Amino acid sequence: MKKLLAGLATALLTLTAPAMAQDYPDRPLMMMVSYGAGGATDFQARIVTMTAGNEDALGQPIAIVNKPGAGGRVGWNWLATQADADGYTLGAYNVPHFIAQSIEGGVEYSTDSFEPIANWGADPAVFVVGADSEFDTMEDVVNWAKENPGKLTFSGAGLFVGHHIAALQLEKAAGVKLAYIPNNKGGAGAMKAVIAGEVMGGVNNLSDAFRAREAGNVKILGVFDLDRSDFLPDVPTMAEQGFDIDNASVNFRGVMVPKGTPQEVIDVLAEKVPAMFENDRVKGKMKAGGSPMHVMTRDEVIEMWQARQATLEELLAGL
Amino acid sequence: MEFIGYFGEVFQPVSFMLLLIGTIGGLILGATPGLSPTMAVALLIPFTFQLEAAQGLILLGAAYTSTVAGGAVSAILLKIPGAPANIATTLDGHTMAKQGRGAEALQLSFLASAVGGVFGVFLLIFLTPVLAQWALAFGPSHLFWLAILGVTVIGTLDSNSVVKGLLSGCIGMWLATIGFDDIMGAQRFIFHPELSGGINIIPALIGLFAIPQVLTMFARGREPSGAEVLAVQRHPIRKAIGETLRRYKSLILGTGIGSFIGLIPGVGGQIAGLVAYDQARKFSSERRKFGTGHSEGVIAAESANNAMVGPSLVPLLTLSVPGSPTAAVLLGGLLIHGIFPGSDLFDNHPDVAWTFINSMLVGQILMCIFGLYVAGLAARVAQVPQSVMAALVLGLAVFGSYSVQNSMGDVYVMAALGVGMYFLERFGFAAAPLVLGLILGPIAEANFIQGSMIADATTGRLTYFFGGALNLALIGIVLASVIYSAWMEIRQRRIDRKDEEALA
Repeated sequence: MKKLLAGLATALLTLTAPAMAQDYPDRPLMMMVSYGAGGATDFQARIVTMTAGNEDALGQPIAIVNKPGAGGRVGWNWLATQADADGYTLGAYNVPHFIAQSIEGGVEYSTDSFEPIANWGADPAVFVVGADSEFDTMEDVVNWAKENPGKLTFSGAGLFVGHHIAALQLEKAAGVKLAYIPNNKGGAGAMKAVIAGEVMGGVNNLSDAFRAREAGNVKILGVFDLDRSDFLPDVPTMAEQGFDIDNASVNFRGVMVPKGTPQEVIDVLAEKVPAMFENDRVKGKMKAGGSPMHVMTRDEVIEMWQARQATLEELLAGL
Repeated sequence: MEFIGYFGEVFQPVSFMLLLIGTIGGLILGATPGLSPTMAVALLIPFTFQLEAAQGLILLGAAYTSTVAGGAVSAILLKIPGAPANIATTLDGHTMAKQGRGAEALQLSFLASAVGGVFGVFLLIFLTPVLAQWALAFGPSHLFWLAILGVTVIGTLDSNSVVKGLLSGCIGMWLATIGFDDIMGAQRFIFHPELSGGINIIPALIGLFAIPQVLTMFARGREPSGAEVLAVQRHPIRKAIGETLRRYKSLILGTGIGSFIGLIPGVGGQIAGLVAYDQARKFSSERRKFGTGHSEGVIAAESANNAMVGPSLVPLLTLSVPGSPTAAVLLGGLLIHGIFPGSDLFDNHPDVAWTFINSMLVGQILMCIFGLYVAGLAARVAQVPQSVMAALVLGLAVFGSYSVQNSMGDVYVMAALGVGMYFLERFGFAAAPLVLGLILGPIAEANFIQGSMIADATTGRLTYFFGGALNLALIGIVLASVIYSAWMEIRQRRIDRKDEEALA
């Protein structure tokens, strides 16, 4: 009996192994989002995966599961150490957050713990000041900071996130000392600090800053990216204003799987997921929400992660 | 008065049906332990993808108002506060339920919720521009003093001894430090990766309130006293309305404090109920009845936590900055339809804005009607045999803790805190001050660090924390609260001593 069972088991195993890639996925997938329900990452993840069940996409729906905590560390720790690497467990990544955290230490993941699948969005950081601020350009800000070293207070969403990276880049490029005030309520809290005049300026997400400007609350002085944004064609980049700042602080969002996921599965996902992001309904909803899209394939993301790793190691070395 | 013109939209067949679904569904979700208003609204967002903007928001608005009120059901009947807002409701509400007065407690809580809620929404309608300035006036130094004001409440909350109350508060504050800290990312007391996110407030609430009573039920075992089946008293709604009106002082205090504190971004919703409960007790002529199943306690707590719903949306609707986690979720619901809150919302989409606000108004009243209807039925829960009840509450506690962030770690945290609290209660410590410490610790700490960083770069800490009218006013209230508590304590001792002498 035992032999028979063992034989059956091996037969089943050999049968299922090659069939895996053809049939994959044959049941719903789940995607872990390491931020709370309703946040920007969660919100976008739900939109970009809403067409997963279509026949021309994966043919199976993707369920979003939130594992928030400690700036994303809880969810990414879980994905790196506890999640099943069977192709049915995906995760959303935020670069530079998780790379910066892995360099800072105290977590169980690094870029080697995950396999990227595709990128869906890129939200650059911008520099904002209150609507009634005396500053009109980045030059004004930097000149003031040079006269009053260490006294220019500006808010951001926390330490070791895109905003913090942007702040470090600005300090380095302008050669001034600034007072970066990390906020414990994320981008929304940092924006409130700027509007209420608690701080003189702030680094914030382009999408949120765009909304705040529409509401007449802030001025946007510069974009921490290589090119101007379609949402803000009138706002110059930092490089245009004479600061040597690249796109290292841009908040890239995308899909990854834990290391150890079968290569065939990764290939299927890497082919189908970017196409799923390009869906017109997805694009429409993302645009309506003011969320900038930036679809990148697996190979492009691998390259981007490597570049980010190098830049961040250099930037954070001094801390 | 612009809003009146848009009432028609709310009563369109489809809209009204969504309003009904949102209200009833919200009551059920709110009554389920572990499902906080924030989560309930987040769960509904995908359904609004298919709806018109105004209709989607009607669903979300109705669900928001009724989940807050629905939280009172599990707080009163099971002593599991669905969200931090309902903690104060358990103090008198559950005691009432244990006395067979569950129906009365539920009726009072829904009536008080409706009064507070309608007032809060009216504030949102008429005073939004003024309130927006007020919400912005609270910077880190003010939030720090506000948290300290909360700490002064700790000593006197649901505990016979001020010292034990303060000790529980300290334990809560220590628990709050576990995990990566909010601002600097420092690791504190993380002995297991499951703790790296810190102690989540919802599993902590469930563990601290529900588990000790489950253990007490089990501890009684098969004693014949298990046969003491409670007679559930019927309570006519007419009498409940009369009682609510008779306790107008608590109703006004609760509503006022709830709307006032609810407005302050990040702090309000969590402590509005507790602060209102404490103030209602301090101003009441029947101070000593609080905690023994007194109607004023339920009325103050519930009117406060629903009054906060309207004002808590002010920063979102005017400044496009979400002031609470639930407001952040609602922001997502607006954005998905391409509507940006702020001046754009009221100028270019008045139909959406006012329909949404009106639906919250109508939702409050519908919530009250349905709530009063189920109150009589729901109170029968008290007749369930204790052995069954213990298993049921334990099941709900595990389910509720797991569902918050799909984590078994939260279930272990819930169980550990619950067992610890069982023994603490045996020594006369109470859960409410402990939870208040858990909530206030991070607020005080984060705002102190942020304030210090700003102060160090600008004016210096002394002027930053002690300068300005608002800071001084808050410090004044803190001092008044401490002095008042101390004075009451001394007076109480004198009365007790006299009683003893009289007896002797």
